[in-house]
Amino acid sequence: MAKIIVITSGKGGVGKTTTSASFATGLAQRGYKTVVIDFDVGLRNLDLLMNCERRVVYDFINVIKNEATLNQALIKDKRIDNLYILPASQTRDKDALTKEGVEKILQELSATYDYILCDSPAGIEKGALLALYFADEAIIVTNPEVSSVRDSDRILGILQSKSKRAELGKEPIKEHLLLTRYAPDRVERGEMLSVEDVRDILSIPLLGIIPESTSVLSASNEGCPVIWDQSSTAGLAYKDAINRFLGENIEHRFILPEKKSFLRRMFGGLSA
Amino acid sequence: MSIFDYFRSKNRDTASLAKERLQIIVAHERSDRTQPDYLSRMQRDIVDVIRKYVAISTQDVSVSLDQTDNCSILELNITLPDFVQAQHTA
Repeated sequence: MAKIIVITSGKGGVGKTTTSASFATGLAQRGYKTVVIDFDVGLRNLDLLMNCERRVVYDFINVIKNEATLNQALIKDKRIDNLYILPASQTRDKDALTKEGVEKILQELSATYDYILCDSPAGIEKGALLALYFADEAIIVTNPEVSSVRDSDRILGILQSKSKRAELGKEPIKEHLLLTRYAPDRVERGEMLSVEDVRDILSIPLLGIIPESTSVLSASNEGCPVIWDQSSTAGLAYKDAINRFLGENIEHRFILPEKKSFLRRMFGGLSA
Repeated sequence: MSIFDYFRSKNRDTASLAKERLQIIVAHERSDRTQPDYLSRMQRDIVDVIRKYVAISTQDVSVSLDQTDNCSILELNITLPDFVQAQHTA
């Protein structure tokens, strides 16, 4: 039986797809057979971040409508074994997604995969609700910023009331906070909410802190998930988060600003 | 922080302001979430009944439901106008 994980946030642009791409890659790197599904019907982008946009033939909706088999629609990742991508439809509208259709596909995948990642669209409409409905665990991607934190809290409310687990009165979805685009120097200056501030408000366990990093944009330019870049702080932080997710006890890092040399401290504002 | 920052005007600590605002709005939205959905409809009905006798608006009535271990307390708070004039219906 596969574990179903939803990557969600409520707010758009906080790093759900970036996280989905890196998380799926990280789980496959650890040897788990992983599939990542794009639920953003009409606005798919996971294919771009994973550099398989030119290999999409069939999509999620084709499989739901029995126009293609699951194996025809799944795209095998070129960088690592054990990783498959199920792209969203770019042409259909989101009404083509149905609860029964999604359930059927998840059940079929569940037989052969260890992890099924559901990359949720922004908002709280059908696509987002279906992405989280069948989840066992949820990764709430949040930026240290008021609108993102508020929307994350809203999504937590939905996970706790509108998911399958909630409706059946089963054990609740396990929630994980992933704080992204964190800038420790701005936190130190009192310009940005700190990890502790966000934890105080959302009060869910912290899975990881992904520092603001220029390598995230380079990674999406290349279509190579940032977790492959182990020279970048973001790549290292995603790797840590994966290891923590798999039960290892790893201390959080990238919470404090990097120590700068005397000269950079003097003239840092000019070069940074 | 470079040496030049010392000559710029000091920024206010906006992060703590953000936290304060978030704590208030999140607490407010959570309390709305935990209430049963019939509560707002019930509030409207209660207002309609009172309106038969006193001129009040929806804002003058607050309804909340507190749940303890084995009982629920429905709290009604109705602000009546200063001069209560009974509208004797014919």
